[in-house]
Amino acid sequence: MSQTMQSAPPKDPLTIAEEWLKDGKEVAIATVIETWGSAPRPIGSHLVINKDGLFEGSVSGGCVEGAVVTEAADVIADGKPRLLEFGVADETAWEVGLSCGGRIKVYVERLG
Amino acid sequence: MWSGWADIMDPHSLTKLNQCRRERRAAILLTDLGDGSDRVIVEGDAVDGALGDAVANAFRSGKSGTREVDGRAFFLNVHLPPPRLVMIGAVHISQALAPMAAIAGFDLQIIDPRTAFASPERFPNVRLDAEWPEDVLAREPLDAYCALAALTHDPKIDDPALTAALKADCFYIGALGSRKTHARRVERLTAAEISSASIGRIRAPIGLAIGAASPAEIAVAVLAEIIEALRSRGVGAERGKAA
Repeated sequence: MSQTMQSAPPKDPLTIAEEWLKDGKEVAIATVIETWGSAPRPIGSHLVINKDGLFEGSVSGGCVEGAVVTEAADVIADGKPRLLEFGVADETAWEVGLSCGGRIKVYVERLG
Repeated sequence: MWSGWADIMDPHSLTKLNQCRRERRAAILLTDLGDGSDRVIVEGDAVDGALGDAVANAFRSGKSGTREVDGRAFFLNVHLPPPRLVMIGAVHISQALAPMAAIAGFDLQIIDPRTAFASPERFPNVRLDAEWPEDVLAREPLDAYCALAALTHDPKIDDPALTAALKADCFYIGALGSRKTHARRVERLTAAEISSASIGRIRAPIGLAIGAASPAEIAVAVLAEIIEALRSRGVGAERGKAA
């Protein structure tokens, strides 16, 4: 009877990032470090990206992931962390669709 | 301040953080937003000064965020193990407490060797172990992010679970029963050479004093007491140190 109710939880982004690194892939980690208003993902949420362009997790529930993945390629290339801000007042952010009315700040850094 | 890698995230930080999460240990990934260096702080590690206060607050509240310390900006990403509520006894109160605690975000487990009580019909969608607590808890030990509520009224079932919870330093340990029942429990645990300081951690009679009458109301009182214990973890210990 034990454990019949539990299934294995899906792998989380930080576990996947560690596996990518073990496989010799270059990896960037994006983290929500501040939110204002109605932000879809809480502070501390992660999106992890590898050099092949694969990504797991989310920082906004889909609105700005594309832009973060693009920036992450630069972060992987030069190793310099980036601080990204998205919000409705920002024309670029509007284009990438953070239409919920909130603003978020995302820190992107290379792993290793 | 520490030998971290500038700009990039040290892979060892990620490995250490993931290991803590697998082992259900609380940890903070601390990032210096100025130079990009990271380090992992495990709960219990000594951190001095204002940063130490920020770290202690973050562990207690479980809230991640940016903190200014001595003119530098740090991001503290708090990773607490998900709190788990282990109920000893598949009883009427558990039937109310299980769904309430699930809504409040707890992982749940009910242990009761009496198969007539621990039936999936009575507890849909809850993990049930129809075995003796000492067997289940030997296989899957309790830890500091577990709450244990002993609800059977039967010392054969409750006492070994309470003993295991005290040894594991569960953040909450409560036991159902009147003051008279609890006095007898204290005698038994004392005879089993458990210190009075440890025994004093058991919340009995269980639940906040809100005049709860029905099993569902007692479940509310118990859940409120568990949340109070979760959100004030370490406060008493720190006060003790300061005194």
